[in-house]
Amino acid sequence: MTRLISYEKKDTWIHRLSGFTKLVFFLVWCITSALTFDTRVLVVMLGIGVFIFLSSATKWKQVDSVFRVILFFMVLNLLFIFLFSPYEGTKIYGTRTELAALPFGIRLTAEQLFYEFNVMLKYFTVVPGVFIFLVTTDPSEFAASLNGVGIPYSVSYAVAITLRYIPDVQDDYRRIRNAQEARGLDMSVKAKLMTRIRRVASIIFPLLFSTMEKIEVVSNAMELRGFGKRKKRSWYAKKPLTRTDKGVIAFVLLFMAAAMIVTWADGSRFYNPFQ
Amino acid sequence: MEPIIEFKNYTFRYESQTEPTLRDINLKIDPGEKVLVVGLSGSGKSTLAHCINALNPCSRPGRSTGTLVVGGKNPAEAGVFGMSSIVGTVLQDTDGQFIGLTVAEDLAFALENDDVPQEEMRERVLSVARDVGMEAFLDRSPGELSGGQKQRVSMGGVMVDDVRVLLFDEPLANLDPAAGKHAIALIDEIGREKNMTILIIEHRLEDALYRAVDRIVVMNEGRILADAPPDELLCTDVLNRVGIREPLYLTAIRHAGCTLRPDDHPSSIERMNLKPYRDAVCSWYEQTAPEAPAETGKVVLSVRDVSYEYRSGEPVLKNIHFDIYEGEMLAIVGKNGAGKSTLSSLICGFLTPTSGSILLDGSDIAPLSVKERGERIGLVMQSPNQMISKPMIREEVGLGLVARGVPDSQVTQRVDNTLKICGLWPYRNWPVGALSFGQKKRVSIASILVIKPRLLILDEPTAGQDYRHYTEIMEFLRRLNRETGITILMITHDMHLMLEYTDRSIVLADGEQIADTTPAYVLTDSSICERASLKETSLYPLAIACGISRPGAFVERFIACDRENRRNLFGEKPHGEPWEVQG
Amino acid sequence: MNKKFGIKEVVAVGIGTALFVVLTTIQIPIGIPNTYLQPRMAVMAFLAAVFGPVVGAIIGFVGHALGDAIFYGGVWWSWVIPEAIAGCVIGLLARKYRIREGGFNTRAIVLFNLMQIVGNALAWILVAPALDILIYAEPQDKVFIQGAYAFLGNIIIIGILGTILLVAYSKVAVNSKDLKKED
Repeated sequence: MTRLISYEKKDTWIHRLSGFTKLVFFLVWCITSALTFDTRVLVVMLGIGVFIFLSSATKWKQVDSVFRVILFFMVLNLLFIFLFSPYEGTKIYGTRTELAALPFGIRLTAEQLFYEFNVMLKYFTVVPGVFIFLVTTDPSEFAASLNGVGIPYSVSYAVAITLRYIPDVQDDYRRIRNAQEARGLDMSVKAKLMTRIRRVASIIFPLLFSTMEKIEVVSNAMELRGFGKRKKRSWYAKKPLTRTDKGVIAFVLLFMAAAMIVTWADGSRFYNPFQ
Repeated sequence: MEPIIEFKNYTFRYESQTEPTLRDINLKIDPGEKVLVVGLSGSGKSTLAHCINALNPCSRPGRSTGTLVVGGKNPAEAGVFGMSSIVGTVLQDTDGQFIGLTVAEDLAFALENDDVPQEEMRERVLSVARDVGMEAFLDRSPGELSGGQKQRVSMGGVMVDDVRVLLFDEPLANLDPAAGKHAIALIDEIGREKNMTILIIEHRLEDALYRAVDRIVVMNEGRILADAPPDELLCTDVLNRVGIREPLYLTAIRHAGCTLRPDDHPSSIERMNLKPYRDAVCSWYEQTAPEAPAETGKVVLSVRDVSYEYRSGEPVLKNIHFDIYEGEMLAIVGKNGAGKSTLSSLICGFLTPTSGSILLDGSDIAPLSVKERGERIGLVMQSPNQMISKPMIREEVGLGLVARGVPDSQVTQRVDNTLKICGLWPYRNWPVGALSFGQKKRVSIASILVIKPRLLILDEPTAGQDYRHYTEIMEFLRRLNRETGITILMITHDMHLMLEYTDRSIVLADGEQIADTTPAYVLTDSSICERASLKETSLYPLAIACGISRPGAFVERFIACDRENRRNLFGEKPHGEPWEVQG
Repeated sequence: MNKKFGIKEVVAVGIGTALFVVLTTIQIPIGIPNTYLQPRMAVMAFLAAVFGPVVGAIIGFVGHALGDAIFYGGVWWSWVIPEAIAGCVIGLLARKYRIREGGFNTRAIVLFNLMQIVGNALAWILVAPALDILIYAEPQDKVFIQGAYAFLGNIIIIGILGTILLVAYSKVAVNSKDLKKED
């Protein structure tokens, strides 16, 4: 499980931003990308994403393997869209510009290509956001940021606990899986579905059991130190907002507004070059 | 002076139980006192602690009679939050108590909950970090800390609230001997400096007495059996009656036929006046015949020059080289991170050595898969809960056979046999949930034994167990070893375990093998002990003080002789029947 | 219905989500290309059934978003939201399952499975395709078929693995008093 993306301490202006700013940026970015289908907006978003990614001094090595996974799923998804609905683009854009004839009487249309290109863009606009958010945000700040955007502190803290315990649970998982494999319960061998599920159960059950025990201990420890005592809670790791932070937040909000205006100017979320 | 904690005719019963767990408790503790509460698991000592911090009855419901006043408040009324500003509780599980993502955040946790402004919080965190000596580690995550360091953080995390009482629930359970020693020293320093009241709940008496305490309270079956200064208490037979291990040097002195006197300060080997006992100890030593060395069988497992690097250039193990003989019981010892578990992972095949080879019965096991090795090398994890995956005992024990495609009729027969060997036959149709910890441990051992391995590897088989359960588990393993001839390798940092139940110890420190010799010699060699984060046995200063020239031999003779006693103390029971334990 | 969100629930969400995220990469192929059973779904169902709808919903939401982000570098909100819905529905009748009291009997098993089928149907046949169409303007046929596969995979893994886990836990967690030693 070495492939996952994780925080790396560095000193760039993006790292210095408050986690709150990055969370707001990320959420607004996701919402904007979800609402629009306007090619121009998407291209600009991708450009900004790449720019931020470059200025975060993230090494390609940190995200390389995950990026390949994304590419794989992306290609697969685009293929599926084509197989299920080769004329979806025509439906959306209202024209039909045939480019080539494919087997089974299917025609490749410019509209379809353009539509799938847009779908791809849309996915890719979110990717740099996720990379940057995960690689540059100190996990300690995460809970404070969630609380900052209005999530109740109990739920925000639950997320902090998740980040705290992922390494422990991962360790437990590895050890339990090893020990069960030595007992003869290996998951890798081909076997019938029911057998496989039973073997997975033999690993997950002890894991779940120790999880339930851990829940007991941790909640006692938290109660003893006053968790949930007051309506509000302060955060040790919270970073105060600087001028850059405010600038970034203002920028992303304005950008969203502008993106919406551009997108909906002609009454449709699609940018249509065919008419 | 007004006592800070006072129980008067206090009785407590959990709602889920029919019998009270605490009965007729009368206990007064003055401000600034340091009190050690000892007792077996189930004696009510943890319940007592949780009545003080209000987890009982606020988190686990129950009924009480009589009165309890802590810092002028009734905990049941003040609630857990109300008590948290008076009593700071340090739990046994240092990982469970470490809630923050970093040291600083964990120290700040109580302040965050109190909505303390950030600036004040930073100051207070820094000052408490200095108190517990963790100021250089503020931005470390728990994964980067040792058990001892995590415990320091836990201590700081409750002290940050300016509490008046520090309550330690088995602080030594998860620490190696050297870290335990440091923990006790730190608790002592903090108590003195801040003039705090300190209550330590612990069953490892000798280790807890590394620094002086004012009183020892002995609990048994929910009652206070004794409450006396340590020097007095140690001269009585209360501890033996209850089943708490007294300091080893005192057992040795008693063996020599002496009667202890409080005036000689028996509570500390350093301060104790040994003159009256010296001659008796010396003549006991001379009269006791040394135990004949056990015959060695043929080599079962051979580890040859094995090295392992996690990443290139970061060696975890360097040139490990030893043999294990048939029928041996031996230990791999060393502090956390010394490479003990890496070594067992290499033997089991979870990891592959960077160089060197491992031979089983003379042939290289490199080509064997994890599963294939598992047929000849069985691994038992530390906690049975990490292994048990079936609700019924029979299913659980048979799981490994079923997975290997052994026919049903054979499975039943082998499971029945194993259950009998392990003393689990009377419980064969019980759900695992109904068993005690020791019984569960045996189920997890049985589920490996059923595969009939040549070598059994156990990871910390007795972690967190009191003397009685420790003896129960270890006597069971010894019987198994004698009766079935199985070779047993234990990974541990328990010094008693290595002294009392192994013939040989392989000591690892920083990835290197620094010793392969008898435990008595390891634990009387200060340089090995220091490098491996062990603690010299207290028999060593006793031997030196008595002018015995070969302390190692003294230790060996004493341990051999003490084995008999231990068996008598708890009574050898057929089928290794467990002692009844509550809660 | 268990609506309380106390410390225990906070911790259950926290550690439960960690477990969910760690199990993200464990997938069991069932012979249909690109379709896998996800054991993490069974874990979410388990925790929802024990701790109630709020815990189920948050584990589904945060776990899916975080798991996607750290393993696959993206967050597919159109599948994150349905996961929360499934977790919520499964947890709705948590009180009736009485798992920690050892009361997970045949009736409770049937009830649990009815709820998980309803929850999954709502999530994967209704909400997920609808969101896919709304956000990504994907072809209807494709998203419904995808949704149907997800529905099938999830009811299978929760139905088998989830039920196994709950039955086992319900038996283990409880301390039976009327057991007799046998000779």
